[in-house]
Amino acid sequence: MFRILEAAFLAPDVKRFRIEAPRVARRRKAGQFVIIRLHDQGERIPLTIADADPATGSIVLIVQGIGKTTKLMNRLEAGDALLDLVGPLGQPSEVEHFGTVAVIGGGVGTAIAWPTAVAFKEAGNRVLSVIGGRTRELVILEEEMARVSDVLVVTTDDGSYGEQGLVTAALARLMTAEPVDRVLAIGPVPMMRAVAETTRPLGIKTIVSLNSVMVDGTGMCGGCRVLVGGESRFACVDGPEFDAHEVDFAVLQQRNAAYRKAEQSSLAAFLEHPEHDLSLAHAVGCQAQESKETRS
Amino acid sequence: MTDQLTTGAPRPKPKERMKMPRQAMPSREPTLRAHDFGEVNLGLQPEGAHAESVRCLECAKPTCTHNCPVNIDVPEFVRLVLAGDYLGAAAKIREDNVLPAITGRVCPQEDQCEGACLLGKGKGGTPLAIGHLERFVADYERATGKVGLPHIPPPTGKKVAIVGSGPAGLSAAGDLVQRGHAVKVFEALHEIGGVLVYGIPEFRLPKQIVREEVDNMRLMGVDFETDVVVGRTVTVDELFNEEGYDAVFVATGAGLPRFLGVPGEHLNGVYSANEFLTRVNLMKAYRFPEYDEPVYDCRGKSVAVVGGGNTALDSIRTALRLGAREATLIYRRSDAEMPARAEEVHHAREEGIRFLTLTDPVEMLGNPDGSLRAVRCRRMELGEPDASGRRRPMPVEGSEFEVPLDLVIIAVGTGANPIVQSSTPGLATDRRGYIAADAETLRTSRRGVFAGGDIVTGAATVILAMAAGRKAAKSIHQYLEAGDWQEAASGS
Repeated sequence: MFRILEAAFLAPDVKRFRIEAPRVARRRKAGQFVIIRLHDQGERIPLTIADADPATGSIVLIVQGIGKTTKLMNRLEAGDALLDLVGPLGQPSEVEHFGTVAVIGGGVGTAIAWPTAVAFKEAGNRVLSVIGGRTRELVILEEEMARVSDVLVVTTDDGSYGEQGLVTAALARLMTAEPVDRVLAIGPVPMMRAVAETTRPLGIKTIVSLNSVMVDGTGMCGGCRVLVGGESRFACVDGPEFDAHEVDFAVLQQRNAAYRKAEQSSLAAFLEHPEHDLSLAHAVGCQAQESKETRS
Repeated sequence: MTDQLTTGAPRPKPKERMKMPRQAMPSREPTLRAHDFGEVNLGLQPEGAHAESVRCLECAKPTCTHNCPVNIDVPEFVRLVLAGDYLGAAAKIREDNVLPAITGRVCPQEDQCEGACLLGKGKGGTPLAIGHLERFVADYERATGKVGLPHIPPPTGKKVAIVGSGPAGLSAAGDLVQRGHAVKVFEALHEIGGVLVYGIPEFRLPKQIVREEVDNMRLMGVDFETDVVVGRTVTVDELFNEEGYDAVFVATGAGLPRFLGVPGEHLNGVYSANEFLTRVNLMKAYRFPEYDEPVYDCRGKSVAVVGGGNTALDSIRTALRLGAREATLIYRRSDAEMPARAEEVHHAREEGIRFLTLTDPVEMLGNPDGSLRAVRCRRMELGEPDASGRRRPMPVEGSEFEVPLDLVIIAVGTGANPIVQSSTPGLATDRRGYIAADAETLRTSRRGVFAGGDIVTGAATVILAMAAGRKAAKSIHQYLEAGDWQEAASGS
């Protein structure tokens, strides 16, 4: 069991958790993820590790409530616990001194891009960041991103905050103002696809992080396979980061929709009657509390 | 009841025993069992077990024992069954096999103990039903709650880490704690058992049995930690240097699914058997929405599996139980070359699985929305024997045809998962990526590191993995006793 040490909302249904996971905290590198399971009847879902502190043995996960499991998780508080958490999984982000790097975060993708942006800065890169959201309150981690960015542009689709428009317009402008050596784009599939098309004619190496459907996260099931450069690759062990100009985004989008009906019915049932799942999830926290008391 | 069974008429002479019929395994009606996940086989009753045990010829040189990967003393345990001492029989098996209720269900007995039985050699003869008897005594033992756990000696002070909680890891753990070593088993998934929980379906191996066997091992002192991917969460080097382990046994299994490499495998509705079975078995998707993890909704759909092994049969019989309208097995060789257990093939036929043999898929065809529509196949014919000794399938020119399908499951084997190998400097692998280990001692190129089971041999069976676990335990024990890598090698 993995105890939640802190939990606070960053935006509507976007929550930041600090979770006790000493083994993961020690080994984690930017770009890696964990797979979590909330309770005994729960599904396994991947979540990117936003930050880690080996000293306190804890990691940070930033969760956007989209499906049943993430919405249930966002109802948990400090003192609750996750039944399972395994990681760090996947390949770490490729971080070197590239020169000037543009980091693009869309919605909760900003939380996934942020640790790598930190690593880029630490490696001596000039970091130009664009973070966007549909509307003002969905722009997250602005302060954290500002701290590691030489230039930070905020965009909203509806113009309620920052520049009105898509992240790609801001990126195109940055690239005309100065040469960019590398781009990292993380967000919804259409956004990553649009960034890939923006940088392709310029031949700028562009990396995306793929959020495909996973079960075990160790290469065992192949459910997360994506087409990259015409070849089948496993996002969980070969990725999650791939060359955006090689990724077949249409296949990614199609495969991510495979369980949509089941996901929607699970979510609807949960929203109507959350009590059962909440009690299962809370029971995990109580067990964690008990086992902690027996240990001490 | 046992008294009635053991007294009475004198035991027939060996010649007469050879004419006695083999006791059939009672099983649930195919029409009933094909719609749920309850166990197919029901197990022998004491009367049947007794009648079967009478048939044993008690050979002076038991070929059955010799042909068993873990060399169970078959004549002795069968004699105990005959004497009505079922707990004694179970304890006898446990001396060589820590998971009898499991192997009694999943071993390919026809290729091992029963394949060597003299009763099956004569004209019209049938081998002793050793697997049925093993299952019978193991289930009897479970039902009484009197599991004869072996004696645990005082601690040696040595610590062994086992990577993977499948049959190889569990059997090594059982043997090592019996030698007084502290044993911790690391498991990447959230449940203990490896392929026993994610791969083999409930209808063939109820998960309750695996849980009970794991609980027995806990009682024997084996420690388990789930949610640890060795190589990622902690490395082999850290296990030695920071966690103080004296030896590491790598038993991670053959976990990387192979696909066919034909066009269209990314379509929705194309699964690896690993994914399909993991969703259903480990994640209990057959109980969706009570359990969260979904699986392809098979109800009323046309489903096929590609492959001819146990995993292929497990997959297609699972799809049938999930409500498939049509369930087909596509295999490129003929029935005779099929590597699956004979009983599974028999059960699958009874349940109405259609066998499309000498057929090879060449392309997956999709609908505009990216879902599977059909599989284009070609006919095959058998040529000369290949490296495996089986006749090589050759495509028949111009024989292509389409099989309309909603879901296809690929069960054509697995490869080596590279996580441990790539994170352990100096750990040698073979050219296929499996860990290189000595056939007898299971020692790897790294001091203190042993490896066995599917991660060394490639995909095999539960019992062969268990045999590797035993071998590893013996070799690790020698190393820990000697305290020296070189000396232990020359001493063994």
